[in-house]
Amino acid sequence: MGIESDLFCSGLVRRFGNNAAVDHVSLDVPAGTFFSILGPSGCGKTTLLRLLAGFDRPDEGDIHIRGARMNDVPPNRRPVNMVFQHLALFPTMSVGDNIGYGLKRQKVPASDRRTRIARVLEQVGLPGMENRNPGELSGGQRQRVALARCLVLEPTLLLLDEPLGALDLKLREQMKIELKHLQKAFGTTFVYITHDQSEAMVMSDQVAVMNDGRFEQVAPPEELYREPATPFVAGFVGDNNRLAGKLESVRDGLADLRLDDGSLIRGRLGQAAPNIGERADLYIRPESLVLGGDALKPEYSSLRASVTTTLFDGANSRLEADSAGQTLYARLPQDGSAPRLREGASVQLAWDPMLARVFAPGVA
Amino acid sequence: MTRWLPRVYLGLVYLLLYVPIGVLVVFSFNDSRSGYTWGGLSLRWYQSLFNNNAMVEAMWNSLWLALSAATVSTIIGALTALALHRYRFRGKKVLNGMLFVVMMSPEIVLAISLLALFLLVGIQLGYVSLLLAHVTFCLPFVVITVMARLSGFDESLPEAARDLGASDFTMTRTVLIPVIMPALLAGWLLGFTLSLDDVVVSTFVSGPSYEILPLRIYSMVRVGLKPEVNALGTLLLVFSLVMLMLSQWILTRSKR
Repeated sequence: MGIESDLFCSGLVRRFGNNAAVDHVSLDVPAGTFFSILGPSGCGKTTLLRLLAGFDRPDEGDIHIRGARMNDVPPNRRPVNMVFQHLALFPTMSVGDNIGYGLKRQKVPASDRRTRIARVLEQVGLPGMENRNPGELSGGQRQRVALARCLVLEPTLLLLDEPLGALDLKLREQMKIELKHLQKAFGTTFVYITHDQSEAMVMSDQVAVMNDGRFEQVAPPEELYREPATPFVAGFVGDNNRLAGKLESVRDGLADLRLDDGSLIRGRLGQAAPNIGERADLYIRPESLVLGGDALKPEYSSLRASVTTTLFDGANSRLEADSAGQTLYARLPQDGSAPRLREGASVQLAWDPMLARVFAPGVA
Repeated sequence: MTRWLPRVYLGLVYLLLYVPIGVLVVFSFNDSRSGYTWGGLSLRWYQSLFNNNAMVEAMWNSLWLALSAATVSTIIGALTALALHRYRFRGKKVLNGMLFVVMMSPEIVLAISLLALFLLVGIQLGYVSLLLAHVTFCLPFVVITVMARLSGFDESLPEAARDLGASDFTMTRTVLIPVIMPALLAGWLLGFTLSLDDVVVSTFVSGPSYEILPLRIYSMVRVGLKPEVNALGTLLLVFSLVMLMLSQWILTRSKR
């Protein structure tokens, strides 16, 4: 356990009946980190968060917050606060009373309370809103009040349970950036759970990808994207194409895959590697695929496909193609470099094998 | 013509509703023995009402009964509603349905069965039997009012309070009770009024030791309508208006 770590968990297990919602999860979050837990719904991330907040107890394993064991500490005694999915602002209290609620429980004198409430409201960009009713505020403002209600207590750890889920798209984009700035400004350690990979990628210093109760990979966002450790991470984080075939040979960490139609493709062998002669999947991102022609480098691997359709979406425009029954997407640059494509036309899709990953077929 | 026709109609409806009450109030100040002729202003019926010891005692008895029945049924009812809302247990649906059975069943049936029960168990007919009976028929109304309020209750509110450092007791005091307060108040008032003017059940389960107002009035009227009753009615009217305004005031204050 690092001396600097705000949150340290080892071998956490929480079972419901025979099903382990959290299955031997260990994590170590250094102070001041924005740590996200990213996973599909039902992966156990909410259960994990409730263990950290103290609303639920682990069947196995330990939770340490700044070195102190928390397993038997009730939620009202933990140096942890939580921003709830639906915010849970107290409807019978004003904004100021909501924010002062925790301070009052700590028996902070009234005058002191007032100054701290005013200061935190200013920090979240809502100066002078003490006497407003939470019901009169906009979605984004309520979000900030919920955040201020926790941050005013200066917790060691702030837990956030998908708080942006209820906002509309535009506000969500704005709040993502703002949350990151607030986290930096306060220096509080955030543990943020979400199923939205964009939220996790934009805001986090570290992201844990969770699936079926386990952590698949814990890494900074860029590394998750570039170096997925498991087929689940490769498929879940960012868009990816998957080509299924049989592993033919491996040389210098590069694997040759024989597709069912007989063509041979190449990519880097991932950590969860299959044996030679077994089924294997190659993952290649849409933006790594180039439309073949003259400029192909000799080391590139390539595949023939026929155009199914083109999907125009500005900078996110894509080509949908079919290669022996497997669907592939490729990014279509809108700077005039892409050729005009007709449906049914034959194209060559090529890629740098160093950008592709080969895994044994995943369970997901 | 068509524009003020609805107004006339509305006026007639209100007249029908309020004229009897108005007559009662006016005649309570009537200085005449007969209930049908006007003999000038006077407070003599109020005086004779307060000199009627049996009447005053019945009034206090009724008030005390209504207060205690409403309070007891609000406490039990609120706890029942919380249990029905929060927990899953065997027989929850049956319990829920039985509330409506009590509410819908004819009062006379409830009255007879309560009387039979009290005689069987050996409870003396008096304050205790009246209280038990009144709590019984007030309870479903409180439970249903509080449950309606709880159905819109955000389950993460208690957790948020706990998370911010509140003990279970503090959470209940500062978050749960304020949120369901309007329902508690409405339930209590409903119970209070139901208890105050109940005749049917009370007739069966009251004894000579504890006479209550509705039964007293009922027996007085059978002998002949005395103007004292008008004075009593006016007092009750004022009392319920004050209660109504009080509850409205508390409600608007808690909403702020």
